[in-house]
Amino acid sequence: MKKVLVLTEVRDGQLRNVSLEALAAAQVLAEGGEIVAGVFGADAASHAQVLAQHGASTVYTADHQALVQYTPDAYAQALVQLIELASPDAIVLGHTAIGRDVAPRVAAKLGYGLVSDVTSLEAGPVFVRPIYAGKAFQQRKFVDGKIFITIRPNNIAIGTPDASKTAVVVPVDLEIKDLRTIVKEVVRKTSGKVDLSEAKVVISGGRGVKSAEGFQPLYDLAEVLGAAVGASRGACDADYCDYSMQIGQTGKVVTPDLYIACGISGAIQHLAGMSSSKVIVAINKDPEAPIFQVADYGIVGDLFEVLPLLTAEFKKVLV
Amino acid sequence: MKIVVVLKQTFDTEEKIVIQNGQISEDGVEVIINPYDEYAVEEAIKLKEEHGGEVTVISVGPDRVESSLRTALAMGADKAVLVDDESLFGDEYTTAKVLAAVANKIGYDIIIGGQMAVDSGAGQGGPRLAEELGINHVSTAVKLEVDGTTVRVERDVEGDLEVVETSLPVLITAQQGLNEPRYPSLPGIMKAKKKPLDRLGADDLGLTAEAVQAKTQIVDQTLPPKKQAGRILSGDLAAQTSELVQLLRNEAKVI
Repeated sequence: MKKVLVLTEVRDGQLRNVSLEALAAAQVLAEGGEIVAGVFGADAASHAQVLAQHGASTVYTADHQALVQYTPDAYAQALVQLIELASPDAIVLGHTAIGRDVAPRVAAKLGYGLVSDVTSLEAGPVFVRPIYAGKAFQQRKFVDGKIFITIRPNNIAIGTPDASKTAVVVPVDLEIKDLRTIVKEVVRKTSGKVDLSEAKVVISGGRGVKSAEGFQPLYDLAEVLGAAVGASRGACDADYCDYSMQIGQTGKVVTPDLYIACGISGAIQHLAGMSSSKVIVAINKDPEAPIFQVADYGIVGDLFEVLPLLTAEFKKVLV
Repeated sequence: MKIVVVLKQTFDTEEKIVIQNGQISEDGVEVIINPYDEYAVEEAIKLKEEHGGEVTVISVGPDRVESSLRTALAMGADKAVLVDDESLFGDEYTTAKVLAAVANKIGYDIIIGGQMAVDSGAGQGGPRLAEELGINHVSTAVKLEVDGTTVRVERDVEGDLEVVETSLPVLITAQQGLNEPRYPSLPGIMKAKKKPLDRLGADDLGLTAEAVQAKTQIVDQTLPPKKQAGRILSGDLAAQTSELVQLLRNEAKVI
């Protein structure tokens, strides 16, 4: 039996899915032991019930001004104090912008190992993580010190909530000082859009979209499906879209339930970023395009003809 | 300004991965500077061009890494340090300790590295190294400005843009979009052959293998299961799209 600490994340007032996935990972690691959760931010306590239903018996809340906006100094100090307070055997975070940034810093400070970007857990415990963006997988174990992992969004199934569970809420007074980063401005480019890393459906465009305007039919379909829109390196290099949309070995690795590749030939570096998706659909004019070799379903045709038809079909069945 | 670049050599991203006895095969594989580290090299050279100073590129890895360090020197870096002592190879914990010892030995005002390596994909190097050195870090930079000791960074945060200010000394990790790395010029390549490249080991750095021993171990490495060939639909496009929607709903059950 182990004690596991999960640092959860709240975005736009909502607990992120990956935090519930982290609690599911914690259940496996705890082996019947105790799970405690940390939440930072103003309304931290309001998430305690959901965290309890997903296995947390204690929820530490920290309502500190310095934790409203992420900075490495503030979050590292807060997480170190949380670890000292809870004294866990294992620590789990999401492999998000925050998790991937603060976890290595805290691991270095406390002299811990860290296995990042874990996609599944095996007995031992052994942690499975993709390398070469998913072209291969690595099994890692800890040989010294505490277990400390970040988990990739969308890979570990969320457990069934138990409505009868409650948690003890413990407000903690953290000492946060000597901050060296000032956040001047945050430009929300993604507001109203679905986050690529957590999206259940991703629609992605390659050189075949031909222009920035060529992404419109992809966005039209995305709206119907509640999907995120991504791109291949070819489309980004050609300036059809922002690099933040790039999926591949350089760029983001995504593992949605459904990936629809439109006008993407399927270069190895792109396939690395998406081939672990559960179901892949390829739409391409070229029947020889390598993307068809990883696709579950393929349509050989012009994306500008296929996508409007597909959007109309989905509207029919989803409305 | 003393500018240090942390660099890793990786397989070319177009390479397929072959595993033999749990080991990644290096046979006939093209190697490159990790693409995110290449942005770091370019940014360092730009900083030097703007503010003066010296760019030192450092790496931990086997002998073959020299070729990538020479490429960085050909792009315009001044010096290179390679720690090729196998007793100092380990996990992310180990590498950060070794890089910190190198950085402390050569001195730095700013350290730049890639936001992750495209092979291991862990992204631990930057934040760990900054913590080992006791300095601040700013990750996934898409724009970097240094004015005196003030550092202004625009960073990519899951697609949003965050503008932050900090001061030297600092460690920055490079995100795609930070710059367009230059190609080494022919005179640059000639000059790079004569630029200093120091090889350091445990004794030079005052380290022992025990002091930097890995906290984690690789148990095994495997290839993902091969995907079965999929189905190419047929008929006119309207029939195909209608069939696809049915398949996604009823067979694949993802919609």
